Amino acid sequence: MSSTAKISVRQLQVYYGSKQALKNVSLEILPMQVTALIGPSGCGKSTFLRCLNRMNDVIESCRIHGEILLDGQNIYNSDIDVVTLRAKVGMVFQKPNPFPKSIYENVAYAPKLHGLANKRDDLDQIVMTSLEKAGLLAEVKDRLKDPALSLSGGQQQRLCIARAIAINPDVILMDEPCSALDPIATAKVEELIDELRVNFTIVIVTHSMQQAARVSQKTAFFHLGELIETGPTEDIFTKPQDQRTQGYITGRFG
Amino acid sequence: MTNPKKHLKKRLSREKRFRFVTFLSLAIPITFLTFLVGHIFYQAWPAFFHHYIDLEINAADLQSSSFKESNPDYRLLTRQLLEKNLEITATPQQRRELPRMLSPHASDDLAITLEKLPSSPTTPYIVSLPTSAIIDQYMTTGDNSKLTANQQQWIAALETQEKINRAFDTSFWQSGDSREPEEAGIWGSIMGSFLTMIITLLLSLPFGTAAALYLEEFAKKNFLSRLIEININNLAAVPSIIFGLLGIVVFLGIFGLPRSSPLVGGMVLALMTLPVIIIAARASLRAIPNSIRQAALAVGASHAQVIWHHVFPLALPGILTGTILGMARALGETAPLMMIGMIAFIVDIPSGFTDPSTVLPAQIFMWSDLQETAFVEKTYAAILVLIVFLIMMNLLAIIIRQRVEKKW
Repeated sequence: MSSTAKISVRQLQVYYGSKQALKNVSLEILPMQVTALIGPSGCGKSTFLRCLNRMNDVIESCRIHGEILLDGQNIYNSDIDVVTLRAKVGMVFQKPNPFPKSIYENVAYAPKLHGLANKRDDLDQIVMTSLEKAGLLAEVKDRLKDPALSLSGGQQQRLCIARAIAINPDVILMDEPCSALDPIATAKVEELIDELRVNFTIVIVTHSMQQAARVSQKTAFFHLGELIETGPTEDIFTKPQDQRTQGYITGRFG
Repeated sequence: MTNPKKHLKKRLSREKRFRFVTFLSLAIPITFLTFLVGHIFYQAWPAFFHHYIDLEINAADLQSSSFKESNPDYRLLTRQLLEKNLEITATPQQRRELPRMLSPHASDDLAITLEKLPSSPTTPYIVSLPTSAIIDQYMTTGDNSKLTANQQQWIAALETQEKINRAFDTSFWQSGDSREPEEAGIWGSIMGSFLTMIITLLLSLPFGTAAALYLEEFAKKNFLSRLIEININNLAAVPSIIFGLLGIVVFLGIFGLPRSSPLVGGMVLALMTLPVIIIAARASLRAIPNSIRQAALAVGASHAQVIWHHVFPLALPGILTGTILGMARALGETAPLMMIGMIAFIVDIPSGFTDPSTVLPAQIFMWSDLQETAFVEKTYAAILVLIVFLIMMNLLAIIIRQRVEKKW
């Protein structure tokens, strides 16, 4: 199993100051699949997600023990360059956060940063393909120079996805990507996630169990910093093994 | 239980009274301010104009026996021209009264005008020479207490010939300070202020921004950084004269930099402005939402790239606004400059950062000490000029703020 996993997390423990946020979490994330992380607020699922591309590094009080292997290599090794890691593991945030620049520049920023395009035409190509893959091209192709903040919330979030896939990462992390969107925009993003699964490994944190059921192939249930149960999404929702999982998915708490 | 209708009436009138009190506290200062600005305008207005006497000159005047080309006596020539134009032959007493009609530097003006002319003008030529302060005063206000009977007669004669007129005073804008009110101008102090502000800007903007970037983006939040933070905040409230003391001890005493120079003045004012800029820059850096930083980090930007590509450009309008307001405060500062000798009588217009010079507020302070009416007018005129500069700087700050304001 571990040989096929894209990311294997082993005995991960995360502390914020003296407070332990994650307790001994081990999880395998399979390639070209959507893995959903569910659980009540404060259960550590976002913390877990942010460990996968070391976004927790910027939090001063945060300490991490354990191993996270990406393609067999521990991303917390001292010889790992965070910049390269984040180019391989992209992220989409809860609230759409496009740069206050034009639509084009939002997508072109990362490829330029990593030197993926030498010529203007190449860059244009990358921007177009990324917008296309994010299902946004038809809506914005006539106004690429417009400020990104003039887009609607759902469009902004898809722009953020386009921005993340522009540098062709292996993994995309999504931290409740639909929580700030209306149902129609949510449906579009979910559809998009389903399409992206073909090319990317996706890990998504969600509050909505229906969403987890709709988009994911594998689900992990977190509770109070512990990974309670993990398995194929269907199994988790139809025959949960643990009392707490059952309680949460049937809406008895959380 | 009180009558509800009466209760309502009482409450409404109480609210009305409250509204009136708040309105009054706005109206009173505005009234005072309008009065103040109006008063400054009214007092300053005459300083921008001066009276000039038109004198006719022709070749014969330059070839007269008393005027030698090898060693021309322009004072004498000026007096002779006055005599000729007034059609009088002056008595010894009148010879003393006549030149006092014109400014002491009128003969220099005449010399400069004649130098530009061909050596012997064939047609009569008109030169306009500035009147002295007492004549200008008399023409403006009608105050004749300082004039002799002769002088009053001559003025009347010139007036009937329409040879005395009022014109825009260009020398006020072109010359430095002087003991003679009609020669004193503000160009020297404007240049001094300008040179000083350049030094202040060059020192405080880069240092202030870099310090703010370090404190906001790199410094660990611990006891030391908090101590520095508190001290910077307190430094902004330190009386400015303290910075002047520091300037005299360190810049003049230890470094041996030239006294009264815009270089030292700018350094002292930069020290004073630095905390203001640091505070403003930190506030605008902190106002950049974390989501922008995270977005950039998540696509693989390094910390320095996050700062240079995103945080700093977004914070720049705020930093510039803070800088301009800090500079405006520095422009109006007098106390610290007093310590380093920039409040001094300096006639020459400074042309470099190490030349002795004074600044606008210092010029105002010095002129305000003088009794002559012409200097009182000039004091107000200089105040007006300073106010206009300050308003322009504030407008610039507003424009920058509105132009580049971003929403997220």
